Amino acid sequence: MTLSASPASTLDLTVDNVTVTYNNGTVAVREASFRLHAGSICALVGINGSGKSTLFKTIMGFLRPSQGSVSIAGHSIAKAQKRNWVAYVPQAEEVDWSFPVSVWDVVLMGRYGYMNFLRMPRAEDKRLTEDSLRRVQMWDFRDRQIGELSGGQKKRVFLARALAQQGRVILLDEPFTGVDVKTEAAIISLLRELRAAGHIMLVSTHNLGSVPEFCDHAVIINRTVLAAGPIAETFTEANLARAFGGVLRHFRFDRSTVQPHDSQKITVLTDDERPLVFGKDGHLEFTERQEHEDVVKARTLPEDEQ
Amino acid sequence: MMETLLTPFHYEYMVKAIWVSALIGAVCGLLSCFVTLKGWSLMGDALSHAVVPGVALAALIGLPFAAGAFFAGLLAATTMGFLKARTELREDAVIGVVFTTFFAAGLLIISLRPTGVSLRTIVFGNILGISNPDLKQIAAISVVTLTVLALKWRDLVLFCFDANQARSLGLNTTRLHFTLLTLLAATAVASLQAVGACLVVATLVTPGATAYLLSDRFGRMMFIAGGIGASTGCFGAYLSYFLDGSTGGCIVILQTLLFLVALVLAPKHGMLASRTQRRLAVQGGVT
Repeated sequence: MTLSASPASTLDLTVDNVTVTYNNGTVAVREASFRLHAGSICALVGINGSGKSTLFKTIMGFLRPSQGSVSIAGHSIAKAQKRNWVAYVPQAEEVDWSFPVSVWDVVLMGRYGYMNFLRMPRAEDKRLTEDSLRRVQMWDFRDRQIGELSGGQKKRVFLARALAQQGRVILLDEPFTGVDVKTEAAIISLLRELRAAGHIMLVSTHNLGSVPEFCDHAVIINRTVLAAGPIAETFTEANLARAFGGVLRHFRFDRSTVQPHDSQKITVLTDDERPLVFGKDGHLEFTERQEHEDVVKARTLPEDEQ
Repeated sequence: MMETLLTPFHYEYMVKAIWVSALIGAVCGLLSCFVTLKGWSLMGDALSHAVVPGVALAALIGLPFAAGAFFAGLLAATTMGFLKARTELREDAVIGVVFTTFFAAGLLIISLRPTGVSLRTIVFGNILGISNPDLKQIAAISVVTLTVLALKWRDLVLFCFDANQARSLGLNTTRLHFTLLTLLAATAVASLQAVGACLVVATLVTPGATAYLLSDRFGRMMFIAGGIGASTGCFGAYLSYFLDGSTGGCIVILQTLLFLVALVLAPKHGMLASRTQRRLAVQGGVT
């Protein structure tokens, strides 16, 4: 599959001092700036309402910044849109799964921007649609109605649509929710292939734990960009604590999990979900252990006495 | 026997009514696919009532009724859009307020200035007494609607399915939105003649809803809905001759009957099919 008509090395996504204000006067994002270069997977993290989706909509050209600008390879978003440079993989909740379209139809829709006035697919469009479906291992499902798929398969269909569109910048909104571990791994390896081919991927996610695994850059936002750059520099406890503040559940374990040389303290950061933590030798860790044990003891004691 | 069955075709007004009903039925049927999938059923109802003052005013000034109706329909749609954008009101409340206001204004105009157009015709339709100029207007509306759908149905499907994707591909979604609204207003005007303001919404929803139960591909859904619209229009008008009853009533009842059949018997989405599927799932779980 040929992916780059313009030299990949010149591709970049520049968000320059962007402020987005809604009609009612609310400033959703203030003076946000960051720059991504060709061949990178960047995580976009922040709490709900931190401006992640506003930023997505601005990059897709749905919202016009009241100040600053977004550009792709030096071109305005309008121009980038005309060239089908920006592809979007929506959250599962945004899609009407009962709509009467097949997997093939959806992926072919990624080619509309290249088709003529009547949207008659040419051989090239069909070939790229087939390639994209094969690439995400969904070719055998091409005639299924989209509602008849599993969560992971649904995600892969929309990923295939972005591939068929040949977007140079791919925006992914929560790509791993409702997806099994195997599909998650498949998606990540596909994103890595795309990175190698010079694409820019911006991934909005709550799944903080998976970010260092597959992202090389991160943009951490809370109404403005708090930190942007390589993971090692940005994905620090200090930055994440600033972004998530008191919103994250904060756990401290002072029993067997951590050894004295770690000063007996670790911090688990997670956004929406409560993590399950096992300590040394598979020992289950949880807070309020004493209370729990008291309850169990009170239940079992009378039986012991019998 | 045969002679009796062929009687309606001896009357020119019946022949006219049959083919006009079939044409309008087909056009509305095709459009009903977009209406049901976009969730615009209430909007269809609103537009069909909102065109009434336009018809009344057009009759008063002596303009073609379609022009007045069309203008009133678009004005109502724009008003709804404006109110929705500028207030915190829910969409159904906005639609409710606007279309009843338009309908009330229409009633008032007709009652104050009785002209050629009667309230009965507007509310219940009068396909049997349709005049030749009206016929031409309906034919023109149908041709334009069919042409736009033939050229742009793929864009409209994408717009209904995933407006964000349409927009990110550089399609003008505002234009698509207004194209669909305009087609809806235009067909509501045409359908008004056949079944009347009260029943227009049925012809703009029921065929689509029936076809939705029978298919899970959009192309096939349009084919089925168009077929249902045409055949019920044709047969409904024919039947109304023997029943000596309301043509609009006949057409819509036929559509409802087909809907009920599909609801129960549809191979995949019908009630019987889902019951069988449930039973199979339970048995599969047991064995």
